[in-house]
Amino acid sequence: MSAPLLAMTNLQVRFGALHAVRGVSLAVGAGESLGIVGESGSGKSATMLSVMGLHDRRAAWVGADQLSVGGMDVLSAGEDQLRALRGGQVGMVFQDPLSALNPLFTAGFQIAEVLRRHRDLDRRQAREGAVALLAQVGVPDPKRRAGQYPHQFSGGMRQRVMIATALAGEPKLLIADEPTTALDVTVQAEIVRLIQDIQERSRLGLVWVTHDLALLARIADRVMVLYAGQVVEQAPAAELYARPRHPYTVGLLSTVARLDQPRGQRARAIPGQPPRLDLPIVGCAFAPRCPLRFERCLEAPPLIETGPDAAAACWRVETPA
Amino acid sequence: MRPVPWLGVLGSLLIAVAVAVAVTAPWIAPAKPTQLDLRARLAPPAWVDGGKSNHLLGTDNVGRDVLSRVIWGSRISLTVGTAAALLGMLLGSTLGLLAGYFRGGVDAVISWLINVQLAFPFTLLAIFLLGTVGGGFAAVVVVLALATWVNYARIVRGQVLAIRERDYVLAARAVGVPTGRTLLRYILPNTAAPIVVVASFSTAQAILTQAALSFLGVGIDPSVPSWGAMLDEGRNYLQSAWWIAVFPGLAIALTVLGVNLLGDWLRDWLDPKSAA
Repeated sequence: MSAPLLAMTNLQVRFGALHAVRGVSLAVGAGESLGIVGESGSGKSATMLSVMGLHDRRAAWVGADQLSVGGMDVLSAGEDQLRALRGGQVGMVFQDPLSALNPLFTAGFQIAEVLRRHRDLDRRQAREGAVALLAQVGVPDPKRRAGQYPHQFSGGMRQRVMIATALAGEPKLLIADEPTTALDVTVQAEIVRLIQDIQERSRLGLVWVTHDLALLARIADRVMVLYAGQVVEQAPAAELYARPRHPYTVGLLSTVARLDQPRGQRARAIPGQPPRLDLPIVGCAFAPRCPLRFERCLEAPPLIETGPDAAAACWRVETPA
Repeated sequence: MRPVPWLGVLGSLLIAVAVAVAVTAPWIAPAKPTQLDLRARLAPPAWVDGGKSNHLLGTDNVGRDVLSRVIWGSRISLTVGTAAALLGMLLGSTLGLLAGYFRGGVDAVISWLINVQLAFPFTLLAIFLLGTVGGGFAAVVVVLALATWVNYARIVRGQVLAIRERDYVLAARAVGVPTGRTLLRYILPNTAAPIVVVASFSTAQAILTQAALSFLGVGIDPSVPSWGAMLDEGRNYLQSAWWIAVFPGLAIALTVLGVNLLGDWLRDWLDPKSAA
């Protein structure tokens, strides 16, 4: 593999006493798609904001052994370099397009803003470029729609506008932070297909952040499971679904509602709560909720290789129950 | 269909009349505001016994026509009030924007200034400032702006604190929009509604304060007719010649009422939650 687009080693993010991300490492190359899954507070969004240097420097402390995008060190980058990175190297699609678009400006204006900033176009070229982008993301009648405001779009169309702004700077890496969570199920599939098409056509690196493990099966080459700010398991998608190694991943997969299970069977949940992130975690973070825990779990497990390009942070990999 | 906002219409009407009067003062005033008619000193309004038909609202102690002076006085009140409210808006919104967006030390300093300003009796400060630097139009406007900027700064700061956490501000930064542009194009326009409302109330406040300062004899050159100065002159004659003070007082009251009614209506109209 050539030099990865995004390389991150041992990322740490703290908000005061709250230790949100505790040593996440990942790499994404051109044309690759990585799915990151975890529940609320697992550190997935904090990880992605770090990639673009978007944390408020007074509120958050960000550190890593390595954090580079397209070969540029993000942690030591100046504000100018970061601005070129954001929207230029990396595009980001947010969860709720209604709140992520400025209500006071038209869709076309907001896309043109990125075009002018990153592609050096004049006003007229940018306006035409915005219409072309709207057409590209499947907005019908793009010329008229470019002049409309976010509240005049439906949820799915609005997310397409959001994707158009993310693509406007011709990024090499696309970060999608739960881009379908706020949408109707029928629209979700369309948005997923759109992002996949774009990714394949432009050989983008794609990072898809979600709490929906079932969704990632269709999108991601590799899946990484986060728990309490740590990577607990990573594996090629097919491998992860066929043979989950970490008890947390097993738990997540069993919480996915399935049509083929008997009626009346209650939805399963993982008992207990994630640990508090403002306190040190002793041993395995998942141990208090883990059905398979044993004495060794008092010691924090490292990521143990379980196959080619696959690893799980669980002692049970070595000592099956 | 929304009901007709009668109070808003009334407010707009009152303001429209006041502005029209101020603009057309040289043509509609029956006499020059400084012209003395010594034979008709302290003449009562025309409809009172002893009133003269050429002095509709009577004359003051040196025989100047009260109606003409009320008409000319509207110019000072309206221009000073508007100019002070606008200057206060510029100052207050800018500081509020900076405090809300950058927080930390910037916010601490600006919030401290706001609190100092609020804690200090303003009239005292105004008398002191105008007494030391001297009066005049510009000085009065600046001093009144010092009274109103706090209103804007507090409202804008609070709004910005909320808006800066919105996703579209993060999204703007995520596509590389620089800080200054984020402030001007993404945050400030979204605070416009409360700014407009504060502006109307601040105008009313500035008109009142300006009148109070003229009444106290600081501020605008007393030879220029202004409602506040007329109140002051009429004070000594309240028992014998009530019209000298009552008519400018009425003018102040109606103008301020108009501005407040308009502001009230604007607040309801701009608040999406109140939309029927």
